[in-house]
Amino acid sequence: MGYPHKPHPKETVVLSQHFGDVEARTHKGWVKRGGYEALAQALKLEPAAVTDVVKESGLRGRGGAGFPTGLKWSFMPKEKKRPHYLCVNADESEPGTFKDREIMRWTPHALLEGTAIAAHAIRAEVAYIYIRGEFTEPWTIIERALAEANAAGVFGTIKVYLHRGAGAYICGEETALMNSIEGKRGNPRIKPPFPAAAGLFGMPTTINNVETLAAVPHILTRGAAWYKGLCLSNPKSTGTKLFSVCGNVQRPGNYEVTMGFPLKDLLYDMCGGPPAGRTLKACIPGGSSVPILTREETEACLLDYEGVVEKGSMLGSGGVIVFDDSADMVYQIMRLARFYAHESCAQCTQCREGTAWTTKIMERILAGQGKTKDLDLLLDLSENMTGKTICVLSDSCAAPVVSGIKKFRGEFEAYLAGKRPVPVMVS
Amino acid sequence: MADGMINLTIDGAPVSVPPGTLVIEAAKQAGVLVPHYCYHPGLPVAGVCRMCLVEVEKAPKLQIACATTVTEGMVVKTQTAQAKDARQSVLEFLLINHPLDCPICDQAGECELQDFVFQEGQARTRYAEFAKRFNPVEDFGPDVLYVPNRCILCTRCVRFMEDVAKEPVLNVSERGDRAFIGIHPEARLDHPWAGNVVDLCPVGSLLSKDFLHKARAWELDKTASICTGCSQGCNITLDTRDEVVVRVRPRPNLEVNRYFICDHGRMHYKWMNRGDRIEAPLVRAGAELKATDWDEALDRVAAILRGAEGRTAVALVSPGASSEALALAKRVFTGFAWTGAFQVVMGEEAPLTGVPDLALRAERAPNAKGAETLGYTRDYAQALAAAKSAAVVLVLDDPDCAVETNGTLIYLGTVLGVDAPCRRADVILPIANVAEEEGTFTNRDGRTQRYYQAKPAPGMAQPAAWVLGQLVAAMGLAEAQR
Repeated sequence: MGYPHKPHPKETVVLSQHFGDVEARTHKGWVKRGGYEALAQALKLEPAAVTDVVKESGLRGRGGAGFPTGLKWSFMPKEKKRPHYLCVNADESEPGTFKDREIMRWTPHALLEGTAIAAHAIRAEVAYIYIRGEFTEPWTIIERALAEANAAGVFGTIKVYLHRGAGAYICGEETALMNSIEGKRGNPRIKPPFPAAAGLFGMPTTINNVETLAAVPHILTRGAAWYKGLCLSNPKSTGTKLFSVCGNVQRPGNYEVTMGFPLKDLLYDMCGGPPAGRTLKACIPGGSSVPILTREETEACLLDYEGVVEKGSMLGSGGVIVFDDSADMVYQIMRLARFYAHESCAQCTQCREGTAWTTKIMERILAGQGKTKDLDLLLDLSENMTGKTICVLSDSCAAPVVSGIKKFRGEFEAYLAGKRPVPVMVS
Repeated sequence: MADGMINLTIDGAPVSVPPGTLVIEAAKQAGVLVPHYCYHPGLPVAGVCRMCLVEVEKAPKLQIACATTVTEGMVVKTQTAQAKDARQSVLEFLLINHPLDCPICDQAGECELQDFVFQEGQARTRYAEFAKRFNPVEDFGPDVLYVPNRCILCTRCVRFMEDVAKEPVLNVSERGDRAFIGIHPEARLDHPWAGNVVDLCPVGSLLSKDFLHKARAWELDKTASICTGCSQGCNITLDTRDEVVVRVRPRPNLEVNRYFICDHGRMHYKWMNRGDRIEAPLVRAGAELKATDWDEALDRVAAILRGAEGRTAVALVSPGASSEALALAKRVFTGFAWTGAFQVVMGEEAPLTGVPDLALRAERAPNAKGAETLGYTRDYAQALAAAKSAAVVLVLDDPDCAVETNGTLIYLGTVLGVDAPCRRADVILPIANVAEEEGTFTNRDGRTQRYYQAKPAPGMAQPAAWVLGQLVAAMGLAEAQR
């Protein structure tokens, strides 16, 4: 269901089947809808066998990086010498992304069931669900659902803790999230060691996104082959994915489609295209951290991990931000840069100083005081900010700047030439 | 090449290091100093300044030398265009908010930012027309000022307080380019070892109030010495300007003090510059003490010693005297019924929790162990009692010694108070202090360490070992004479 809209016929409704269905939020309602059957099935299997099913399904991480989930689980130590931890990343903070929020709002038990299965698969005795601080409604719903699940003995001996974020974007980065749970400043850690070797509290840890875990029960009940069959293009990208569409479209919202679905159909058929009288100008397909696509690239883009890369961007979190011809790309990019400058954790030099400097230059251009050299300077700074830091926040700031300048250079040059009015909302 | 060692190449030079060594340390063995800020061998690795980016063959992107462990056959290149560009860009980023106030900054001349910018940076900035971040200077503690504008957020100070001092009062506050080093609102940076954050700071952001605007780094002469603040034996450098000791800094010694010294030791130098020194030998002429030359003074002492040979002698010495002086202060009484004793001022012990066997020791003297080894006792009261009836009493650099004797009193010292009992001495000989002589101390663990002369002694003062050596020779007791 393209919640809050009625499901579109072209959607493949798996995760979003019960969006809008209040009764599905309760344990009783969830069981009535076939919930917790997958868990019962999983508990009959050896942990390694559960991992194998997920591996076979081709499920990949839905948080942004797209790492194969089964493979990630299999990195946990074979011989269990120390406590294992599961972290659920529900710190959905990527601008333009609001899919995990809907999963938690409508189907909290889908997440809890996936969590229980994953904890079994990686032999974790403790699971942490790290929920974005601003998500007050999902928090309340998950809290209630967890109480019900615990009362029903869903988790057996596994202890599940809810942990509330305090508003930092960077805490969605997996190692920063672990630091945050540990009570430390949410700074990303140097890798290696990777979480499977030394994660939360220094113990072997697996961290999965909400949408990834919500997909796991379906894979167990309907089988890996079914999930693998959900594929319209590249066989390396399987299953369904929720796309949060926002910006200049007539019907923004969450839409669930099979991997490989054309972005054009998502935007025009499901979302109704740009507002009347407007045309599509650009689109950020995977949350604010990925390169911007032009109209041509957008209309030719297939929504799977490989398809979006082919067009020069990334599938990321599936947060689709749409711009029509009324959008001022220079302003939009400045807003993104300002966001990253605000959220940089301040550890790495390039990120701490680079994101702020980039923002200042963008603001200067918008104020009509840009210099001819500014575009080359921005590109050079972005180059210096890419691939050199602990995490990818710095790269994420550079991506829209570089793609924006390359693809919409004319708009930048109009500002530099003094041919654009200074927008009202500059600072 | 030894078994179990890892072999790798750094800028073409083969090196062999133990497994687990970091590339940045292996590079030092190859004679390559990879520029860095956050890395410090005495602190946990942070990997945040991103300055030590180097090229590692087969790695998809540049690696930070401080957090990359060596592997067999690794090929590291620090001088490729890519690595140099990356480091140059880090310097450019660091400088955009760094005030170029080097002319008034205490760190200038020993600033790692200055050094590496000169080495690898560029002369111009592209961060034109924007204001630099500003935050006012903050008073962190009894001896530490924080100048946030100069801070490059390397977090060495934060990690020192958290992981070494184990008193985590500092943090990184705020985010992004607004970040600064914060201090707990109810805390002061007054840990007994807090002064190390000043040394650790690679720039002029954490400053010692004691050293503030005292001297420029390039005007300082540096002399290897041993701290006299306690019996730990921390290795230090005495910084002198125009023959005045102006600063004490730790000198790394992994076996004794690693990279650190305590604040007590750091401040334990002002007495080395005292102006009220005994500058000439003094001999008694009736009720008066008369200044004379060394020949007359030494002849006088030698005559006293010869006249008293075979009788009792007491030596009351300072445990801050060199082992050389202490040995000679015993040998000069060969043939006497000799008693030697010292007393140690005691204070509170203050450990540096994160480093085993490192503390400001309760025993506030550098050479008590040396004195003990040489046969001096701690029974000072008994020695004082014995001094009353002794034929000769020698007091070595103990200006407050409450000595009373019916025999002859000889005092070797740097200073002497107006009412000091040693004023009654028959001969007073001026000696050098620790900054003015070379010698050795034996620390509490039995480690004998040498210190060197940092400045000349005032007037006619001579090292105690020289003075006592002259007397030993005059008595025919020198090694060569035996």
